[in-house]
Amino acid sequence: MRGPAWTDQRVDEIIGTLLRVGVIVAAVVVLAGGALFLMRHGSTIPDYRVFHGEPAYLRGVSGILSAARALDGPGLIQLGLLVLLATPLARVAFSVLAFALRRDRTYVVVTLIVLVVLLYSLGSGGG
Amino acid sequence: MLTSAFEAHAEGVTLVEFVLLIGAGSLGAGFLGSLTGLGGGVVLVPLLTLVFGIDIRYAIGASLISVIATSSGAAAAYVREGYTNLRVGMFLEIATTIGALGGAFLAARAPTSWIAVLFGAVLIHSAYLSSRTHHSEAKAGPSDAWATRLRLDGSYPTPAGPRAYRVHGVLAGFGLMFGAGALSGLLGIGSGAVKVLAMDRAMHLPFKVSTTTSNFMIGVTAAASAGVYLNRGYVDPGLAMPVMLGVLLGSLLGSRVLARARTRALRIIFGLMLLLLGVEMIYNGLTGRL
Repeated sequence: MRGPAWTDQRVDEIIGTLLRVGVIVAAVVVLAGGALFLMRHGSTIPDYRVFHGEPAYLRGVSGILSAARALDGPGLIQLGLLVLLATPLARVAFSVLAFALRRDRTYVVVTLIVLVVLLYSLGSGGG
Repeated sequence: MLTSAFEAHAEGVTLVEFVLLIGAGSLGAGFLGSLTGLGGGVVLVPLLTLVFGIDIRYAIGASLISVIATSSGAAAAYVREGYTNLRVGMFLEIATTIGALGGAFLAARAPTSWIAVLFGAVLIHSAYLSSRTHHSEAKAGPSDAWATRLRLDGSYPTPAGPRAYRVHGVLAGFGLMFGAGALSGLLGIGSGAVKVLAMDRAMHLPFKVSTTTSNFMIGVTAAASAGVYLNRGYVDPGLAMPVMLGVLLGSLLGSRVLARARTRALRIIFGLMLLLLGVEMIYNGLTGRL
């Protein structure tokens, strides 16, 4: 609790707000994408009994971004899911920053490790 | 058994009908999961696979997404109330995220029938846990060396003001969290039960601190494996959309009702349901139907 500006309580409050906003934004984007998807493809017959896997453009960040920009329903839903995935990521990144500002080296290292694992997962897909 | 109930009628169900059905089912799962404190994930995957006949890989992908949503939503409230021990959570997240990556790796290589059987075992264990509410008492004596080094000791609000507590068994808790993370990544659940168990029994944290800190970690843990699932093409937008929104809404409703509800009877019913679903998952896994 060094420095009045970065007390535990203030960090708690910012993290709380960050999580709340992330979930709300994600839900709104998913809802919008879902509405578009249903308007255009609502009467098709889905089949989830056999696993096919998603097409390549719905699997990675760049493909999802360009699909969402073209207002593709599934692409927009995936964008919302990316926002959702980014929410805990942003929380961890903010924690790194908060601990760094308080010169708390141990916890900068702790939170950095978690951040690297998350980025690795999202980036390479873990192979 | 259950499996054929929906599949018999599944032919010719349009996307709109499918989304509404899945959304309603997910709402129920989120509601029950939040009321009983067991999370929506444990009922969601059996619901999607056994009742709706959805491939277990799609089901796990969608479930992980809903787990991130509910955990982050609930954590936002808990963190502000001051129960969550952020240091404990962030330290243990090293173990849960690495475990979750390992679980997600394993999920791509293990046969789906094995995953179904393991899921069944976890369901039966959750059923057992839901039948008992006992938890350990605070342990006297000094904190362990790691707790001091990492400054893990904390305090939580009580009506009589903040109450301090010490943290024990840090390495044991850390080790258990690898397992919790792996289960989460492999099965698409929050595995809050294992996390709470580790913090409650091994680390002797106050119960409310254990449950809220567990919830705090669940989002990050699930995000570590959800990235892998997304890249592998397991996260389907048409399925994830109603599941995420349904579970989120259901758990919000559940937390509103929680204060007034008599949860004991509900826990027993929910426990029996988990037991039944667990047996069904194992049966379907062993006979190669999942």
